[in-house]
Amino acid sequence: MDLYEYQGRDLFERHGLPVLAGGVATTPEEARAIAERLGGRVVVKAQVKVGGRGKAGGVKLAEGAEETVARATDILGMDIKGHTVHKVMITVTADVAEEYYFSYLLDRANRTFLCIASVAGGMDIEQVAAETPEKVVKAPIDANVGVDEAKAREIVTAAGFPAEVADQVVEVAVKLWQAFVAEDATLVEVNPLAKTKGGKLLLLDAKISLDENAAFRHPDHEALVDQAAVDPLEQAAKEKDLNYVKLDGEVGIIGNGAGLVMSTLDVVAYAGERHGGVKPANFLDIGGGASAAVMANGLEIVLSDPSVKSVFVNVFGGITACDAVANGIVQALALLEQRGEQVTKPLVVRLDGNNAEAGRAILDGANNPLIERVDTMDGAAERAAELAAAGV
Amino acid sequence: MAIWLTKDSKVIVQGMTGSEGSKHTRRMLAAGTNVVGGVNPRKAGQTVDFDGTELPVFATVADAMKETGADVTVIFVPPQFTKAAAIEAIDAGIELAVVITEGVPVHDTAALWAYNVAQGERTRIIGPNCPGIASPGASNAGIIPADITGSGRIGLVSKSGTLTYQMMYELRDIGFSTCVGIGGDPIIGTTHIDALAAFEADPETDAIVMIGEIGGDAEERAAEFIKANVTKPVVGYIAGFTAPPGKTMGHAGAIISGSAGTADAKKAALEAVGVKVGKTPTETAKLMREIMSGR
Repeated sequence: MDLYEYQGRDLFERHGLPVLAGGVATTPEEARAIAERLGGRVVVKAQVKVGGRGKAGGVKLAEGAEETVARATDILGMDIKGHTVHKVMITVTADVAEEYYFSYLLDRANRTFLCIASVAGGMDIEQVAAETPEKVVKAPIDANVGVDEAKAREIVTAAGFPAEVADQVVEVAVKLWQAFVAEDATLVEVNPLAKTKGGKLLLLDAKISLDENAAFRHPDHEALVDQAAVDPLEQAAKEKDLNYVKLDGEVGIIGNGAGLVMSTLDVVAYAGERHGGVKPANFLDIGGGASAAVMANGLEIVLSDPSVKSVFVNVFGGITACDAVANGIVQALALLEQRGEQVTKPLVVRLDGNNAEAGRAILDGANNPLIERVDTMDGAAERAAELAAAGV
Repeated sequence: MAIWLTKDSKVIVQGMTGSEGSKHTRRMLAAGTNVVGGVNPRKAGQTVDFDGTELPVFATVADAMKETGADVTVIFVPPQFTKAAAIEAIDAGIELAVVITEGVPVHDTAALWAYNVAQGERTRIIGPNCPGIASPGASNAGIIPADITGSGRIGLVSKSGTLTYQMMYELRDIGFSTCVGIGGDPIIGTTHIDALAAFEADPETDAIVMIGEIGGDAEERAAEFIKANVTKPVVGYIAGFTAPPGKTMGHAGAIISGSAGTADAKKAALEAVGVKVGKTPTETAKLMREIMSGR
């Protein structure tokens, strides 16, 4: 889960890291209250999870409450690269003398964590690394040792931080590592980490990703989810414990296993190229079990997407037997009818693997005109795309 | 011979008395796996009956190894206890630990991996979030269905469980030496490269299928490894060409970050070193079939 900047600022503050005083507002009136509390000159920043806010006019200075209200009114509702601004963060300003870069992140390739630090901050670090690699320090961090003062000093020295801020950077580096671990983050990026003209160090931006697998030990993280930004279908699926991602096509997809479902999306997209450009409408992994109830929940979510014109159920019976899956599909359709859902969209079903013959016989025996059985994955994808194109 | 798991492997199950653990212990036994016991400190000293096979429960992995000579453990414990279970297995110095559990926090996996490295990597870790390893006809450690295919001379390594099963099924008439599901998490113990190296060295493997998916750069690094070290034919398949950036597609590790981790980049890297990459699982199986028919 990626956090908004204001959530990152709050998180840093909770962990004792130096940030600018500020608050978040969803209306101009809330912005006024914050500006009055802070007093003087403030900066109003659009809260969107996309770069390039400044260029898009989403970051403005304001003097006093009235001007803050005016700037907040301008920015709230603005569209930045397809993201609507629903919140603005308002902070006091800083007299920045120098800008640095500091981050901790997951290093998948080396199966560990990495610290990236640079005295060339305030710009895209990948660009800095490409153009002046000598200015970027990458230090692997042992997960079981972490970052203590000695390790932090090693990084600070290697990155060439100026002597007058070295002690402050060491302190920030240690506390930031503690926050990274305590919050089960996979990324904490501070860009810029700024030195003010008064020589004080400040974390002026926050890019944070949290590990959703660690949610069980962070009940407070749930509150960080931006409910307004969650797709309603994804939300409904989540409530039913389904692994669903909304996409923008016409062929609804239900399958078992993340890899097989990803593969199904691809195969449908290829088939769609031959059928009016139809595309997969969603990712939905119903997992290994695939009981009738789970299948019904899955079908209900997929069929409630108005852009879906046909559904492709792609199941490989590994542990689950295909006859159980076939019964699940037939019962799911009956269940949906009982729930008062009018099912009119065609279902193309491909069953293979464990007890496939028995499963296919059950589907045929159900004699449901909506169910069409195709026994290969590629063939079924072709048919589902064809039906979707006909239904568009 | 197969790799890492043979008919002589003695397997224990951590979490054998739990619902998933007991279900799959029964399946592993039915597949002919030499399961010799389980671990649960609260039930140590008891035995569990699996359709007539009485399996002892030990307090620790070390006890189980001492009493049974076990060299493989399969871990089914819930995510919050997985790190401790794996570290216990590492401390006991077991050769192979297969971590099936899905949903392990990545900080825990990073910590247990760092711990394993600090102990000199005595233990091969497969997973977490994986279906395990199967050497058809010999042994099965994990949840891969044992009846899809018989033994043969293809090696398979895959990030995905169901795509593993699909590929085993497509090529069931030819058969497999060993199938390894390495898992879909951002940090995993055994990589594509580890499996490629083992298959290259295995006299009973003639060709290798490698299945990858979006996220990270494991496939790109595997491609470099193949170029330098693998003489046996390799065919590849990558899932997730149509996955949008920034969305986690089921597996915790299956996410395109910015422009990194795309299926196109992985396919290009593999093709650049001469690996044929199928567009669909069926087409990939066909490519392998062509290679094996020439032998």
